[in-house]
Amino acid sequence: MNTLVLTVLTLGVLGILLAVILYFVAQRFKVEEDPRIDDVEKMLPGANCGGCGFAGCRAMSEALVSRDNIESLFCPVAGGDAMKSIANFLGKVAPEKTPMVATMRCGGSCDKRPKVNHYDGALNCAVVNTFYVGETACAFGCIGYGDCVNACKFGALKVNTETGLVEVDADKCTACGACVKACPKGLFELRKKWPKNRAIYVACRSKNRGAVVMKACKSGCIGCGKCQKVCAFDAITIDNFLAYIDPEKCKLCRKCVNECPTGAIHIENMERLPKEPKPTKPEAEK
Amino acid sequence: MATRLFASPSPHIHSADNTRRIMGDVVLALIPALAVSTYVLGLRVLFVTFVAVASCVLFEYFISRLFLKRKATIGDLSAVVTGVLLAFNLPVGIPWWIVVIGALVAIGIGKMTFGGLGCNPFNPALTGRIFLLIAYPVEMTDWTTGVPDALSGSTMLPAVKYHLTSLADVNFAHLFGGVMNGSMGEISAVALLVGGIYLLVRKVISWHIPVAVLGTMALFAFATAIGQGDLMWQLPLFHLMAGGAMLGAIFMATDYSTSPMTHKGMLIYGVGIGVITMVIRLWGAYPEGMSFAIFIMNAATPLINKYCRPKRFGTK
Amino acid sequence: MRMRTFPIGGIHPSDNKEWSKGQAIEVLDLPNEVYVPMIQHIGAPATPVVQKGDKVVTGQIIGQSMGFVSANIHSPISGVVTSVDAYPNGQGQRRMMVVIKREGDEWLEEIDRTTTLKRECSLSPEEIIAKIKNAGIVGLGGAQFPTHVKLTIPDGQKAEVLVINGVECEPYLTSDYRNMVERAEMALIGIEIIMRALQVQHAVIGIENNKPDAIEHINAIIARDNYRGIEVMPLKMRYPQGGEKQLIAAVTGRQVPPPPALPISVGAVVCNISSAIAVYEAVQKNKPLIERVVTITGKGMKSTHNFLTRFGTPLNVLLERAGGLPEGDVKLLNGGPMMGRSIVETSAPIIKGCSGITVLSGAEAARGKEIACIKCGRCVEACPMGLEPYLLSKVARLQKWDVAEEHNTVDCIECGCCSYSCPSNLPLLDYIRIGKQTVMTNIRARAAANKK
Repeated sequence: MNTLVLTVLTLGVLGILLAVILYFVAQRFKVEEDPRIDDVEKMLPGANCGGCGFAGCRAMSEALVSRDNIESLFCPVAGGDAMKSIANFLGKVAPEKTPMVATMRCGGSCDKRPKVNHYDGALNCAVVNTFYVGETACAFGCIGYGDCVNACKFGALKVNTETGLVEVDADKCTACGACVKACPKGLFELRKKWPKNRAIYVACRSKNRGAVVMKACKSGCIGCGKCQKVCAFDAITIDNFLAYIDPEKCKLCRKCVNECPTGAIHIENMERLPKEPKPTKPEAEK
Repeated sequence: MATRLFASPSPHIHSADNTRRIMGDVVLALIPALAVSTYVLGLRVLFVTFVAVASCVLFEYFISRLFLKRKATIGDLSAVVTGVLLAFNLPVGIPWWIVVIGALVAIGIGKMTFGGLGCNPFNPALTGRIFLLIAYPVEMTDWTTGVPDALSGSTMLPAVKYHLTSLADVNFAHLFGGVMNGSMGEISAVALLVGGIYLLVRKVISWHIPVAVLGTMALFAFATAIGQGDLMWQLPLFHLMAGGAMLGAIFMATDYSTSPMTHKGMLIYGVGIGVITMVIRLWGAYPEGMSFAIFIMNAATPLINKYCRPKRFGTK
Repeated sequence: MRMRTFPIGGIHPSDNKEWSKGQAIEVLDLPNEVYVPMIQHIGAPATPVVQKGDKVVTGQIIGQSMGFVSANIHSPISGVVTSVDAYPNGQGQRRMMVVIKREGDEWLEEIDRTTTLKRECSLSPEEIIAKIKNAGIVGLGGAQFPTHVKLTIPDGQKAEVLVINGVECEPYLTSDYRNMVERAEMALIGIEIIMRALQVQHAVIGIENNKPDAIEHINAIIARDNYRGIEVMPLKMRYPQGGEKQLIAAVTGRQVPPPPALPISVGAVVCNISSAIAVYEAVQKNKPLIERVVTITGKGMKSTHNFLTRFGTPLNVLLERAGGLPEGDVKLLNGGPMMGRSIVETSAPIIKGCSGITVLSGAEAARGKEIACIKCGRCVEACPMGLEPYLLSKVARLQKWDVAEEHNTVDCIECGCCSYSCPSNLPLLDYIRIGKQTVMTNIRARAAANKK
C-alpha cells in the first residue's frame, strides 16, 4: 500500500513539475505569428506542389499575408475563385489569371517515329538526355520514361504504353508547371484552357529542317507554312522550321488543322472542319 | 539475326560479381558447418535446415506476390541464406512448426515489411531467432534431443556460466572441432572458420568485422581473466569457440544491409558487438549474448554510416 | 620496391588489350568525304571560316577558335567544301560540320612532311604555346581539353613536374600503346618541348605494368638519346589510373584538393602521350592536328586495327575495313567500355578525342538486370574519389540536390567504378551524373547571383 501511494505521489509531482517547466519554456520561446497565415493556408490546396514558385503552401500564405501587392502571386491549383476569396479575406486585390492546362507537344508515337536503337540505361528521361538523342532519330521528341509523370503531384500524366507518349488528363491538371520543369526536352507548355478541354496546338518541337524531320518522324512539323497562310488571326508563327500557335490569339477556328500535311497540329475534344473540295479564298486573310 | 544496336551511358562493362553469386557463396561457405553438425547431431539437422530454407523461400515468394504485388525476388538466393542461418541458430530437437514460425517472423517481419532485400535494418535470421528465443524459451533451449550419449544435455556457455562445469575441465579440442552440444550451426568453430576463409578469399566479406568482433571478445576475456588472476588463455579461447561467437562474427554480423559500409565503420561496429556480447555473457541474464549484440549494433549501423564516411580524395 | 598506384578505390577489369595490341599502326586510305565538326573540344565551338564551294588544302584552318577555351579546326584532306551545315554526331545530336569532298592530296606549303626527326628547339615558351594553339591540339586521351590552355600556367602558380599519361587504363584501347611502341621518339621530343614550354626540369611518364615492352622501349630511347629529366614510372595496373587526379597521386604522391582546385595547385601538369606526339608535329613540323591513331576492336570483330585516321572520316569506313559489325546485339562505343560514349549513328565522323572504337557484341552489349541495393559497400570501396555512390545515386534519383551537394557529388570523375562493381547491376553512375550536372548548375547560378 505504502509503495503504491509513494509511486503515485512521485509520478504525480514529477508530472506537474514538468508541465510547469514546459509551460514556461513554451511561453519564453513563443513565436509571434499573424494568425491569418494559418487561415490562408487552410484556404490553399495544401498540395505543396510549388506551382506558385514558393517552397510550399505555408510559404505562399506567408507571402500573401505579408505583401501589400499580391497581384503577382497566384496558386494555379486553387484557381481564380479561390484566389479571389483569399484576397477578399485579406482585403487585397486578387490577381487575374485565365485557367491554364499543361500540353505535351510531341505527336511522335511509336508507329510514326520508329526506334532506331535500343536504350539500355537507367529508365529516366534526364539520364537519356545526358548523353544522346534517344531511341528514335528525333532529338526533340518525347523520350517516354516519365520524368514528368513522377513530377506530377496530381496524377494528371501517364505514359501511354501503346504510343510511348505521355498524355495529359486535362481535368486533373492544375497547371502547376512541375512537368514543364521536369521534361528535359521542354515539351510541356501551359496553354489557355478552353471550355470542354478543347485544344489546338502544334504537337512537335523539332527545329530541324523538313527533310530531317520526315526521316525521323511521320508526324513532325516540317515548317511548310501552310497553316500560317490559312490562319485568319495571325496566331501562327514559324521559327526554325517549326510552327507555333499562340494560345492567346488562336480562336480555335480549326482551319490550320486540315492544312497540315503531316498531322502535326493536334485537335482535341473538337470535330475537324469538314473537308471542302476547294475552299474559296478566306476573306479575312491579310 | 539482324543487328540490334544498344545504347546506354557509361560504363558499358560489368564485373562478374552479382548478388546471386554472393549469396551462393555464403551458402557454400556454410556447408562445412552443416556437415559437421549433421555428423555430430544426426540427420535431423538436415531436416530442420530444409524446413527453414523451404519456408523462408515460400514466405518470401508469397509475400512479394500477394502483398507487395511485385515480382518475386527469390532468385537472388537471399532467402536461402536467411533460412540456413535461421536453422543454424536453432537446437536440433526443435519442433518443425516452430521453425516455420521462425521463418515467418524472419522473412515476414524481419525482411519484407521493410521492403525486402537490402532494406531491412535488422538481420532477418536473427530477428527470427530472437523472436523464438523469447516466445518459445523452453523449446529453444532444449538440448536433449538427438544428442549422442557422450554429450551432456547442456551447452558449454551456460554450463560454465552457472558453474556446472569448471572451465579448467573443458576439452578444447572438442570445442574447436564441434563435438559438443549447441545450436545446429554453432558447434564447430573450425568448420565455420573454413567457411569464413572461403568468403574472405572470394572477397564476399572483408576481414574487418570478424576480426574486430573476435579480437574484442578475446581481449575482453583476457582482461577479465587477468582480473581474476586465473585461466589466462582458457577464458579467451573458450569465449571465441563456444556459443555463437564464430557464426555471429563471420556470418551474421557481416550481413551487408545491416552492417556499416566503410572499413572504419565496420571496425567500430565489430568492437561494439564484441563488447556487448561479453558484457551479456559475463554479467547478463542470458548465457549467450551474440544475437542481442548484433541486433543492437544493427540498430546503430545508420548512425555509424553517418559518421564514418570514406575519406574524400584530396583532403587530409 | 612496391609498384606505385593511386591511393583509394579503383577496380581491375580484364584489360582485353590482346585483341588489338599486336596490330601495328596502319595508315587508313584517305577518305573520299569528311564531315569535320566545329566542336571537337571542351569549350566554345569554332566558327567555320570556309563556305560551300571553297577549295581547301590539307592543314588549312577551316574553323577559327572562339575565345580562350576553344581550339582551331583544320582541314584533314584537300578538296572542295560541299556543305557547311548541322549533321548528326555519334550520339545523334546535330552539330555544325564542314563537309569536304576530296580532290587529290595537296598540303599547306609550310608543313614539313618528311619523317626525319628534328629535336632541336629554340623557341620561347610563348612561341611554343602559340604554335600549339594554332595547331588546334586538344587532349587526345578523350577529354579533349585544349592543350594550350593547360600549358598556360595561371599567375601566381608554378608548374613543377610534367606528368605524361601513358597509362591507357581503359580496357580494349591500344592507340596510346601503339604510339609508345612505334612513335616513342616523336613523343619524347614532344615531351621535351612541353617541358620547355612549362619551364620544368622534370617529366614522368606513367605507364601501367601491363605494357612492359612500352616501358622498356621508352627507357631504352631515353638512355640512347640522352633525354635528361624524363623518367618512366611503371604503375600497378588499376582502373582509373589514367584519370588526371589519380595519375598525379600515383606518380607524385600528391592529391589534388577537391574542386574547384586544379592539378596545377600541386604543381603538376598532365598531358597525354599521344598529345605529346601532336605537339612534336605541330612545333617541329608545323603540322596541325588532323589525324590520330584510332583503335577499332571488339571480341566479335572480324579483324582489329590501329588506324592512323584523318578526323572527319565517317565511322562506317573504319567499320567496313574491320569487316563490318557482328550480327546480333551490339554496342558501339566512342572510346573504351568504361568511359566511352555509346554511338548510335554510324555515319558520324571520327573526332579528336576518339582514341578507339570498341564494339561490344552478344551478351557483353547488354547491361544486367537491375535489382535492389543490398548495401554491400562495393561501390564505396571502388570509388577512387572517396565518395558514397549508393547514396549519391539515390538522392539524385529522388532529386534531393542539396543532399547530393553536401556529399560532394561534384567530385565525381564519372569513371564508372561504382556501376561496374555493383552486384545488383544498379545504374549508379547514370543517376550520379544528372545529380552532378544539376548541382554544378546550381553552384554556378548561385555564384552568378552573388556577383550581382
